[in-house]
Amino acid sequence: MNLVIHDLVQRFDDPRSRRSTTVLDGLSLATGEVQSLVLVGPSGGGKSTLLRILAGLDVPVTGSVTFEGVALPRDEESLRGYRRGVGTVFQAYNLFPHLTAMDNLLLPLVHVHGLTDTEARRRVAEPLERFGLTAHAHKRPAELSGGQKQRIAILRALVVQPRRLFLDEPTSALDPEMTGEVLDMIDDLKRSGTEFVLVTHEMGFARRVADEIAFIADGRVAAHAPAAEFLDRCRDPRVTSFLARTLHA
Amino acid sequence: MPRWLAYLIVLALLSAAGAWAFASLDMNWNWGVVWDYRAAFWQGWWMTVLLSLASLLTSSLIGVTAAMMLRSSMPLVQAAARVYVELIRGTPLLVQLLIGWYVVAAALRMGTDQRYLVGVLVLSLFSGAYMAEIFRGGLDAIPRAQIDSARAIGLTPWQTLGLVVLPQAVRIVLPSVAGQLVSLIKDSSLLSVISIAEFTFNARNVNSATYSTLESYLPLAVGYLALTLPLSALSRWLERRFRYEAA
Repeated sequence: MNLVIHDLVQRFDDPRSRRSTTVLDGLSLATGEVQSLVLVGPSGGGKSTLLRILAGLDVPVTGSVTFEGVALPRDEESLRGYRRGVGTVFQAYNLFPHLTAMDNLLLPLVHVHGLTDTEARRRVAEPLERFGLTAHAHKRPAELSGGQKQRIAILRALVVQPRRLFLDEPTSALDPEMTGEVLDMIDDLKRSGTEFVLVTHEMGFARRVADEIAFIADGRVAAHAPAAEFLDRCRDPRVTSFLARTLHA
Repeated sequence: MPRWLAYLIVLALLSAAGAWAFASLDMNWNWGVVWDYRAAFWQGWWMTVLLSLASLLTSSLIGVTAAMMLRSSMPLVQAAARVYVELIRGTPLLVQLLIGWYVVAAALRMGTDQRYLVGVLVLSLFSGAYMAEIFRGGLDAIPRAQIDSARAIGLTPWQTLGLVVLPQAVRIVLPSVAGQLVSLIKDSSLLSVISIAEFTFNARNVNSATYSTLESYLPLAVGYLALTLPLSALSRWLERRFRYEAA
C-alpha cells in the first residue's frame, strides 16, 4: 500500500467545559510502497485517533488521507462502503458477547457481504483450522481466553477478504503468553502478504513485522523511517528516550 | 436442603400463620353466596387479562419510543420525553385516570363505551414511562466498543440496532421489564375507578351485594397471583436462556 496523509487535524469538543482538545495537529506522512506500517509513540500522542481515521471510523476536522492515490471519503454512507472493504481490530471488546465465535465470524459475511450461511461457513472453515481455533468456534466470547478472543476478532476482520487491516494495540489488554499467540498470528499475516497498519507498544515485534515505522507524538509525526533504520539510527531525542524506556522496561 | 423442600417449609409456615389469624378472628365464612357470583369473577378476570395484554403491548411500544427519545441528541425531542417520564412517574395513576377520563376524554367528547380504550391508553402511558427508563438503562449499558465494532464491520445503523444492540439490551432489561409487567397487571385494578368492569371492580360489586368482604377479595388475590406467578417464572426461564457473561 501507499499511504499519503496531508495536514490532518482532529479535535474533540468537551460539551461540559466547552473546550476542545486538539489530538492531531497538522499530521502529515507519506509512506513508500509498503506492506506494513507500524505506528508507535507515547500514550495520548494521537496514534489511535489516527488509526480510527485511517479505518474510516472517524472523520478529521481538516486534512486528507489517500491510499493508493484514492482519497478517503468524508460522508458516512461512502465511509461505510470503505469500511466494508477493510478490517479493523481494537484493543478489546471486539466480539459480540451474545453470539458464538462462529456467529461472530459469519455475521459480516452474511449481513454485510451477502453470502449464504453455507457459503459463509465454507469460507471460515479453513482459516479457523489454520489458526487452531476450530475447537473453539461454538463458544461464546466469555468462554474464550483473551488471546483466543483477539484471534477470532482478527479472523473476523480477515474472512471478508479486506484490502488491508487496521490493528489498534491488539495485544495491550493481554498477558505475555496470550500476547505471543496473537503476535504469531500477525507474523503469519505478514508472511502471507496481508497489508496492515498496526499500533503497538511491542517494539521488538515492530522490528519483526514493520516495513516502516512512524513515531507519533503531540499529534504529529516526530520520526518516520524504514523499520531497521528507525530502530538503529534514529537520533530524535523523543524517539531515543521512548525506545530506551520501552526496550528496557 | 432441596429447593422444593425450602419452598414447602416457607409455604407451610405462611399457611399456619394465616390459619391461626383467621381462627382467632372466629370468622363466619360465607363462601356459598360468593360462589353464586362466580361468573362475575370469571368475566372480571378475563377482562383484566385482556386489558393487561393490550396495555403490555402498547406500553412496550411507548417505552421503546420514549427511551430512544431520551437518548436523542435533539434537545426538543429529549426534553419532551424527559417531561413525559417525570410527570407520569411523579403523579399517582389514580389522578392520571381521573384526568384522562373526566377531563381529556370528556373534552374530546368521547362516549362511555370508549372508557376501555381510554383506560388502556392511560395505563399504557403510565407503565410506558417506567419502561422508558428501563429501556434507556439497557441501551446505555451497551459499551461504546460494541457500536465501534459494528461500524467497523460495515453494519448500517439499523443493522447495528437489530443485530448488536437490541439482543444485548433485551437480556439486560428482561428482569426489570418482567417486574414492570407484574406491576402493570396489578395496577390495572385501578381502572375500576372509571367504572371499567375488570376483576377488582367485579369483586367489589360482589362484596357490596353479599356483604362478604374477605370471601370477595381473597379470590381476587388468588386471581392476580394466577397471572403474576407464571409471568415471574417465565421471566426467570428467559433470563436463564439468554444468560451469557459479558465478554
